[in-house]
Amino acid sequence: MSERQASEYQPLRPQPGPIGEMFAPVAGFGVTLSSMFKPTVTEQYPREKVPTQRRFHGRHQLNRYADGLEKCIGCELCAWACPADAIYVEGASNAALPQNAGLDVNADDSHGAHMSPGERYGSVYQINYLRCIFCGLCIEACPTRALTMTNDFELAGKTRAGMIYEKQDLLAPLSEGMLAAPHPMVEGTTDTDYYSGDVLGPTAAQVDWVREQRPDDPTLDAAEAVVSGKAPAPTQRQHELRPDEGPGAAEKSAGAAAVGSVRSDAGVDPAETIDASGAHTGAHLTGGSRGTEVNA
Amino acid sequence: MGVEEAPSGFLLTTIEDLAGYLRKASVWPVTFGLACCAIEMMAAGASRFDLSRFGMEVFRASPRQADLMIVAGRVSQKMAPVVRQVYDQMSEPKWVLSMGVCASSGGMFNNYAIVQGVDHVIPVDIYLPGCPPRPEMLINAILGLHDQIQNAPLGVNRIEAARAAEAAAMEATPTFEMKGLLR
Repeated sequence: MSERQASEYQPLRPQPGPIGEMFAPVAGFGVTLSSMFKPTVTEQYPREKVPTQRRFHGRHQLNRYADGLEKCIGCELCAWACPADAIYVEGASNAALPQNAGLDVNADDSHGAHMSPGERYGSVYQINYLRCIFCGLCIEACPTRALTMTNDFELAGKTRAGMIYEKQDLLAPLSEGMLAAPHPMVEGTTDTDYYSGDVLGPTAAQVDWVREQRPDDPTLDAAEAVVSGKAPAPTQRQHELRPDEGPGAAEKSAGAAAVGSVRSDAGVDPAETIDASGAHTGAHLTGGSRGTEVNA
Repeated sequence: MGVEEAPSGFLLTTIEDLAGYLRKASVWPVTFGLACCAIEMMAAGASRFDLSRFGMEVFRASPRQADLMIVAGRVSQKMAPVVRQVYDQMSEPKWVLSMGVCASSGGMFNNYAIVQGVDHVIPVDIYLPGCPPRPEMLINAILGLHDQIQNAPLGVNRIEAARAAEAAAMEATPTFEMKGLLR
């Protein structure tokens, strides 16, 4: 029975003729030969970086408002949302900043030194990149859009301690025209005005305050140019891929993310003021642009 | 007499440079995929990212012919002695790349089943975050390792460096006693 079935088997595929049978053993080389004439798919990664998708989840960034104040209010919601317990945040009161020592500043005042608008700011902010799984739940949890993600993915490091990024490593660099924190909020505003995108740049009062407190602050000149209308209002900057720094360049001495340790030299060149109209002092409260953030 | 027995001085540093250059150009990884990171490791070896551009296309099945151990994936307590055995079977000089957050620190699996970082078991030369890291990130880490290999000491310098590293390790806090984000 089974023998007869086997002899009656007819293949459904067309079978090669006698010439095809002869070349069958070397037919596989045809694949190799034909692929020689196809375009190369290899990406020359370290030399030519193919950009990621725009929403790629890369390293984090702590954003700033247009006047240079930090958006992070130290609420720890990102740390609570983190499934890998990679984030550590400590909040502190703006009124307790050392610049406010001896002054009568209440927590909800807009005058006095501020790191972020409102009552509190994140005094310690650490992300352990050896725990972080780049899921983005922290970004979803952030109520002020302070925490976003960049497309930077070159993160390898030699030590475990070096892979914990402190606040100064995560903060967005100050753009041209932003005034380095701490300084007072824009006069007459509340934190709600900041959240709704009504603050478009530093004001004269803020520049005067910083000039009095820190006369040699490198961001003063650019901020003054914005106030006087010589330069356009600052826009958000983000960390870029670090093509020149090799792997492990993120290694740094572990410095405490204390109040004064915010990087003020982050690529701000005071001499590089752009001569353009717009962004007058009165324009700070005109509403409109909600700021551009990565991975919005 | 091998190249490693040259006397200290100008000759040795020259040999160091040459040996480092040759070694970094032909690092053969041992096949050691443990989880999802291994998929990205395979992608890095395939044609789009093509590790053979760096002389690394042969993932050796035998640890005796391998120089680099890419620990790709979470290391369970049960796997830890196997990791150590494979590492011990590799011949010197050898390097370890901890790929992905699970191998580096346990990642999101902070539980009793997973070793909280493969550096509890074997010495790690370079850590690579990501879950899983994309092939470019792996290549980036490998290039960082190439820098280390290029600058690796030889002969008496190597013995001195090993002694210094040993002394520093004896002084340092053990990984299992680390607190906070380092745990």
